[in-house]
Amino acid sequence: MQAWIDNFKSEFDTNFIQENRWQDLLKGLGNTLTITFFALLIGIVIGVIIAMVRSTYDKTQSNARPSLRRKLFGVANGLCKVYLTVLRGTPVVVQLLIFFFVIMASSRNGVLVASIAFGLNSGAYVAEIIRGGIMSIDNGQFEAGRSLGFNYLQTMQHIIIPQTVKNVLPSLMNEFIALLKETSVAGYVAVTDLTKAGNIIRGRTFSPFMPLIAVALVYLAMVMFFSWLEGILERRLRNSDH
Amino acid sequence: MTTDVLIRVEGLVKHFGGGIHALNGVDTEIHRGEVVVVIGPSGSGKSTFLRCLNLLEMPSAGRITFEGVDITDPRVNINLHRQKMGMVFQHFNLFPNMTVLKNMTIAPVTLRKKSKPAAEIMAKQLLERVGLSDRADAYPNQLSGGQKQRIAIVRALCMEPDVMLFDEPTSALDPEMVGEVLDVMKQLAREGMTMVVVTHEMGFAREVGDRVMFMDGGKIIEEGTPEKIFEHPENARLKEFLGKIL
Ligand SMILES: Nc1ncnc2c1ncn2[C@@H]1O[C@H](COP(=O)(O)OP(=O)(O)OP(=O)(O)O)[C@@H](O)[C@H]1O
Ligand SMILES: [Mg+2]
Repeated sequence: MQAWIDNFKSEFDTNFIQENRWQDLLKGLGNTLTITFFALLIGIVIGVIIAMVRSTYDKTQSNARPSLRRKLFGVANGLCKVYLTVLRGTPVVVQLLIFFFVIMASSRNGVLVASIAFGLNSGAYVAEIIRGGIMSIDNGQFEAGRSLGFNYLQTMQHIIIPQTVKNVLPSLMNEFIALLKETSVAGYVAVTDLTKAGNIIRGRTFSPFMPLIAVALVYLAMVMFFSWLEGILERRLRNSDH
Repeated sequence: MTTDVLIRVEGLVKHFGGGIHALNGVDTEIHRGEVVVVIGPSGSGKSTFLRCLNLLEMPSAGRITFEGVDITDPRVNINLHRQKMGMVFQHFNLFPNMTVLKNMTIAPVTLRKKSKPAAEIMAKQLLERVGLSDRADAYPNQLSGGQKQRIAIVRALCMEPDVMLFDEPTSALDPEMVGEVLDVMKQLAREGMTMVVVTHEMGFAREVGDRVMFMDGGKIIEEGTPEKIFEHPENARLKEFLGKIL
């Protein structure tokens, strides 16, 4: 037992204390959180825009007068569909590589490129979550709003969206948690995120157990924390369930 | 009843995709203060007709003139005219995330720029009239069906509409709650509200209807006073329909 403890101590010392290696992990964690945060922002903006275009097009389909505006709207809706198909139909790592080496090849800022790539990818999933939320609201809610004189956007803003938010918040939180874990492939494009930092330490110290388990524990702690938050949120929403 | 025309419907046609002809040329006038009851078999186009009046369904052809304005003209801002046309649905469609008071005040406060206290005073007066003063802070899922529909009616009234459109307002209710909703509608009729009511409640049609309109196959087949329609029907399909339901 004593031998095991001594061994643990020396391993710990090599992997985290020497050469201030724990600081590399901390920096990696910082990058992971930065990428996740900005990807989330980008994802929500894109997701909301696409969800609005798609659900508006669907909702107004049966009642629209043929017009140029309607045609342009149809084009926008088609573009959104293409976006969703491509971004959800290819692996996020491939998208990340294409962004880093092709589309944004002139930028050497890996964190920026990764934020954008993950954001665009996440946006596709967020869009479908929000659209699902909007479409799941009974059409009678929409008609009640319109019959009172609310225009389309006012109906969305005052009647549909507030009901949608409640429905989609848990799913959005799940998407956020998935995104946090997904960013662990950012190392492919020369970003030292948490995973990459752990892997670098493993390469230097030739002792894989400690750094990799440490990385896993940090992810697990974060995911458990956000799941806990989500649980609270869901309970709150249920309690105000009217 | 004056002869002032509130809504004029000319050559109204509505086709849905898949070759469904819901309305095949409807012409009629609805006068200020008139209570028009629309009856007819299922699928005859009653709801479609009613929903075309406030353009919840966009007519395929024809013209609807409301208070002298052709609202089927694409340049017309239909939202402004809808404020003057209250609608009550079969399934109430109250906003489940808002209290009764909020349900009633959100439209006048948002659209008519009424102050919140003024809107609430008005809403409370209306609640008083339908005997639901004590439910102002309740949420819709805490109400019975009959209460929900009475709230839906006063929610529409908060916009001070010039006409009220009802699409089978009592069809989703348990029998013992039908009366309380019909009473509110009767009271409204007595106060001179212009009403277009799609219903299967023939008692209501007889008692407060100024005119009964029988629809079949997307057309008005026969119309007239309740007495004429119920006691002296002419059209064979109307006779058959009445034979089934009376
Ligand atoms: N949104 C729609 N899309 C396609 N067809 C529709 C739509 N709404 C109504 N219809 C069709 O139009 C016809 C008339 O329907 P409508 O709802 O106006 O009849 P109704 O007289 O109100 O019947 P009910 O007594 O059953 O309510 C029916 O054949 C119906 O199936
Ligand atoms: Mg109907």
